[in-house]
Amino acid sequence: MDTSPPEPRLSALYQELILDHYRRPRNKGALEGATHSVSLNNPLCGDEIDLQLRVADDVIRDVRFIGRGCSISQASASMMTQLLKDRTVSQALTLAARMSAMMQGDETAAKDKTLGDLRALAGVSKFPVRIKCALLPWNALTDAMKP
Amino acid sequence: MLDAARLRADFPLLERRENGRRLVYLDNAATTQKPEAVLRAIADYYRTTNANVHRGAYSLAIRATEAYEAARAKIAGFVNAWAPEGVVFTRGTTESINLVAGSYGRAHVGRGDTVVVTAMDHHSNVVPWQILCQEHGATLRMVEITEDGRVDLSDFGTALERRPKLVAFPYVSNALGTVNPAAQLAKLAHAAGAVVVVDGAQSTPHLKVDVQALDCDFYALSGHKMLGPMGSGALVAKPELLDAMPPYHGGGEMISRVFDDHSTYNKIPHKFEAGTPNVEAAVGLAAAIDYLETIGLERIAEHERALAQAAIEQLTQIEGVTVYGPRGHRAGVVSFTYGDIHPHDIATILDQDGVCIRAGHHCAQPLMRRLNVAATARASFYLYNEPADVTALTGSLVKAGALFGYVPA
Repeated sequence: MDTSPPEPRLSALYQELILDHYRRPRNKGALEGATHSVSLNNPLCGDEIDLQLRVADDVIRDVRFIGRGCSISQASASMMTQLLKDRTVSQALTLAARMSAMMQGDETAAKDKTLGDLRALAGVSKFPVRIKCALLPWNALTDAMKP
Repeated sequence: MLDAARLRADFPLLERRENGRRLVYLDNAATTQKPEAVLRAIADYYRTTNANVHRGAYSLAIRATEAYEAARAKIAGFVNAWAPEGVVFTRGTTESINLVAGSYGRAHVGRGDTVVVTAMDHHSNVVPWQILCQEHGATLRMVEITEDGRVDLSDFGTALERRPKLVAFPYVSNALGTVNPAAQLAKLAHAAGAVVVVDGAQSTPHLKVDVQALDCDFYALSGHKMLGPMGSGALVAKPELLDAMPPYHGGGEMISRVFDDHSTYNKIPHKFEAGTPNVEAAVGLAAAIDYLETIGLERIAEHERALAQAAIEQLTQIEGVTVYGPRGHRAGVVSFTYGDIHPHDIATILDQDGVCIRAGHHCAQPLMRRLNVAATARASFYLYNEPADVTALTGSLVKAGALFGYVPA
């Protein structure tokens, strides 16, 4: 049996912080009084997210999600909800654009502190088929914020 | 067991390294690699024989037609079809089933009728029947499965009490490897007055199939899952049924005479082969059948059974791994989960070691719901897999366990 340590790329992908969000997702469950909600799934691999937001005066007052799927999609959702509370809609959409840039391998985005815990997902950019997992909750967000 | 290491040398793609590692290809239920003999047959066809079939009056076109019809006869022999004209070339199992739904189904299933499928069917043997039933006001009845992943015969019997017009089921489950008692199911369905459609996508490559012994009415198969080219496949049917069926696609080749306002149709199987067919696929599939017959389907089945058995034994020794499907008689398909590690994460981690498995719902969402999982990881074997491939699978899985904290790193 091969007992060599996992490759650096893999260790970068599956960081502690990602597994922590996967196993102890923040803001998971239904949101009372949601003003916006979007369900998205990835038909290819079956990741699912149901994102619910309460928006008032153009500010995201609260956000929760229900979902199931791989560690990347679920950790991304959990980290995203942490960041979104009390942001304006336009700030949230800017974050979505930064997240997308980080997935495209943009190194400045990967160092952008505004992305918080999400920077742990920078390694996903090296795994093209998994980028859609990381972006699923963000796509739900941009869908939900469409006027 | 087969001398898989020697057979492997017949497959150019398997010489490749993936992510710096020896390629361990364990996604054979999705598609198989192609031996040199098949690649050569396709190239030779274009180098020496290519012309449009059933049209030209010149020698080249006659040779192309002969090669195409010889491939049909080869498939007919391979599954013991009722007659070569009962073999319709299609793009694969999905198109074959859609042909039955769109032609036989459209003509015979009406308001208030029932079509029966099983909860272990692939989407390709569910969705065409859903569409048909929705359009014709018929009911689709899905037969339940047992806890260990077999067709629930008692529920199958209950479903037959509705006297369905048509009963469809897979010979072998793509997600679980279950080998269904196809002849018994066909007999029961016939006794209830139904026509029987067998999805043979996962059986034809791996077992000796005899459609006359099964006594089904329609049998669908895919060439790419049995060493043949993508886009090759066939519908094998009782000729008298095909003969009475309305056409599926309209166009050239399928007609006899075309008047301004109507047409008369060609004889079977040509009635169902509108347009220029994929001759390269037919010729490649015939070469694949030659390759398989040289080895022997019984020996292939035994080889895969041994690999699956070894995989199940090794996987179940890893704490936290659950293997799905029947413990006894099964094909070379092993579906599993590992604790809370999502199958896509498993697949990504295994890929770094050059191990290709499938992760997902395997186009069997009704089945996944009944197993109460969103997805599984699936390893599926073929004649070129070796015991070392099983060891590579389990070794890599232990790494996944380490990354997710199941075993010490």
